[in-house]
Amino acid sequence: MVFTWFHRLGSPPHIYRLSERLSPWLTWSTALLIAAGLYGGLVSSPPDYQQGDGFRIIYVHAPSAWLSLMIYSCMATAAAVGLIWRMKVAHAVAASCAGVGAAFTAVSLITGMLWGKPMWGAYWVWDPRLTAQLILLFLFFGYMALRASYDDASRADRLSAWLAVIGIVNVPIVKFSVEWWNSLHQAPSVMKLARASMPASMLVPLLLMFAGFTVFFLAFLSVRLRAEILRREKHSAWVREMVANA
Amino acid sequence: MPDSISAFFAMGGYAQFVWPSYVVALGAIALTTWSALRVLRAALSEARRAAVDGSEDA
Repeated sequence: MVFTWFHRLGSPPHIYRLSERLSPWLTWSTALLIAAGLYGGLVSSPPDYQQGDGFRIIYVHAPSAWLSLMIYSCMATAAAVGLIWRMKVAHAVAASCAGVGAAFTAVSLITGMLWGKPMWGAYWVWDPRLTAQLILLFLFFGYMALRASYDDASRADRLSAWLAVIGIVNVPIVKFSVEWWNSLHQAPSVMKLARASMPASMLVPLLLMFAGFTVFFLAFLSVRLRAEILRREKHSAWVREMVANA
Repeated sequence: MPDSISAFFAMGGYAQFVWPSYVVALGAIALTTWSALRVLRAALSEARRAAVDGSEDA
């Protein structure tokens, strides 16, 4: 039972068709969640008592920072599964993550700078959280550069997977940096064990944006992964059959 | 609700920081989506070419 499930999870045609079927649902969910989050974040939530309307940057900054860490963790996990079980689909997932991960790491850094300037008085400080996030960006770039330097896909898969797995140590460093060191970066407002330090009118739009960005990644993956599978499987019978019937 | 459209766009004096943040974030979503669709189209036409070459070999 479990074995069948695992086998299907590793089957390229199965994952291809699953992605194709989920794609429109994920795309529409993303659009709805982000539209609702934007309305809530920009219009219906009140200004912050300390930061005024400047705090509204949180609605794009925190979800992109979360997404950058989520994508890296997803990439490293897929890479590890690919290395351990030699699963082609897992390597395809890891390869699909790098570009979008780099993009959202950059977004979190840029929106953070735009928030830092009015609140801290500087676009950039060599703060532990900011420095670790910059290292995350370089990890994504390094992964992409390493992949690009090999023509042979299976060699590129294996070597880049090692980099992804080793780089995972940076993820908890980013996450806990504001607690481990005296950081200029403010403490998290949502992910507290006790309760969020925000009223519902601010929290609900933020949660909608977190959900929207997360589902966006899945929608992105449902398209990008198909391309990555096709590249690896273009000589196989199922792809030949599929493109012949299309 | 904001009192007026201009007050909304002024963002309490933070307009120059708030709006670029939203442009960058939503721009990233648009760009990565466009790039994924382009890569998928390219992979599909590559697969089609491979299928044609394969059937000629056979």
